Amino acid sequence: MAQPNDRLYTKTHEWIILAGGEATAGITQYAQEQLGDVVFVELPAPGKKVEKGAALGNIESVKAVSEVFAPMAGEVSATNGELETHPELVNQDPYGQGWLVRLRVAPGAADGLMDAAAYEKFLAEEGAH
Amino acid sequence: MAGTRLKRTPLYECHVEAKARIVPFAGYEMPVQYAGVLEEHRAVRTAVGLFDVSHMGEIEVTGRRALDFVQYVTCNDAAKLTVGRAQYSGLMTPRGTFVDDLLVHKMADDRYFLVVNAANKDKDYAYLCAQCVGFDGVEVRDRSDEYAQIAVQGPKALPTLQKLTSVKLDEIKYYRFVEGTVDGAAAIIARTGYTGEDGFEVYVAPGDAPRLWRALLAAGDEFGIVPAGLGARDTLRFEASMPLYGNDIDDTTTPYEAGLGWIVKLDKDGFLGREALLRQHGDGVRRTLVGFEMTGRGIARHGYPIWAGGKEVGAVTSGTHAPTVGKALGMGYVPVALSAVGSAIEVEIREQKVAARVVEMPFYRRAR
Repeated sequence: MAQPNDRLYTKTHEWIILAGGEATAGITQYAQEQLGDVVFVELPAPGKKVEKGAALGNIESVKAVSEVFAPMAGEVSATNGELETHPELVNQDPYGQGWLVRLRVAPGAADGLMDAAAYEKFLAEEGAH
Repeated sequence: MAGTRLKRTPLYECHVEAKARIVPFAGYEMPVQYAGVLEEHRAVRTAVGLFDVSHMGEIEVTGRRALDFVQYVTCNDAAKLTVGRAQYSGLMTPRGTFVDDLLVHKMADDRYFLVVNAANKDKDYAYLCAQCVGFDGVEVRDRSDEYAQIAVQGPKALPTLQKLTSVKLDEIKYYRFVEGTVDGAAAIIARTGYTGEDGFEVYVAPGDAPRLWRALLAAGDEFGIVPAGLGARDTLRFEASMPLYGNDIDDTTTPYEAGLGWIVKLDKDGFLGREALLRQHGDGVRRTLVGFEMTGRGIARHGYPIWAGGKEVGAVTSGTHAPTVGKALGMGYVPVALSAVGSAIEVEIREQKVAARVVEMPFYRRAR
């Protein structure tokens, strides 16, 4: 499956769009398929500082709870309030209306992240499709 | 289960074809979902869903003293059964706790067909074999590999299944069964289920199962039938407040604690656990299984601690977002003093205490 090439990806299946020191993040199509129907999203309060790879929040499907990891270090500047009443947006539109958080990030925060082609290759190597 | 090879049901290929997500469960590779848990849940509540439950165990008890033996190991009164009736019951330890919960079908005066949980089948079989010493001529046989089981559940289950059998399904009342033919295959057709909806559980030989599965999907097409996985089976049974062994009941809980006192027949002589249950019936239980609704934001899951008045008082046994009710609900054991509807409790979710309130069970009851 082709991933949008306007953004970067992590090995833990988050995506990031960087624009002027602010990163918008969400989970990938693959991640939402693995989770199944999302029924509850727990996100950090704006102002919270997170390290790269730290727990950023939790996504609950009908079956189980999964952690979301911070794709880069930064400070939470906004969260997607729409998910409080419509958690299913994470399934329906993971790359758009299902975004999770915005982070204020430092220059160089994107180091080590994958572009779309690299993420697709990573998925293929993982045996995902 | 390391090193144990997973088994497959006779319908495994059907699940792969349907692009189900397959997970290990109770020693089997089972479909957890096809299109999605919520869609499958909704289909069963509003139309009809098809479940492969071939992993369930079927144990047959035969012999002149078959009834005496079933009476001895279970807490419900199997003497009340006539041929063609089934009963929900508990296989009891001497402490009055659950070895398993099960369905007892009376096939003949000297033959009972026990349907047990997949994860407990080997344990149950060994327990039954150990207990039947002294019951002359009673034979216990694990016939699980001789049966596939397909559950057809939902308001359109009857018209779906009816297309494939001449048995008059509307004449089979709840918790009764007949032996007949479905799509040309010999079958036990029972009006039972684990979803809170009307429906049937059909037992056939493994070789007949794939053809029947496909025939049922075709027969239910006009009603919007979907194959449904273990995920939806769990949300459906949870919403109907039917206990799940290993979560809500186990060998540390008694039927009285679990709100299943109605399956204990103390007027029945000498059965395993009777003395302990008689004592508990007299003294009253200390803790009881309650249903609760999350009033704060969060979802309770199995094992999360329950708090009240600054003390840890119990634990969640099952919890999820209930799709039809549309609320985050849970079940768990709490002290009796906190069991009244409306009691305020807290559920510890990832080190945060989140408010919840005891509510009535079942959470969902179908309109009849």
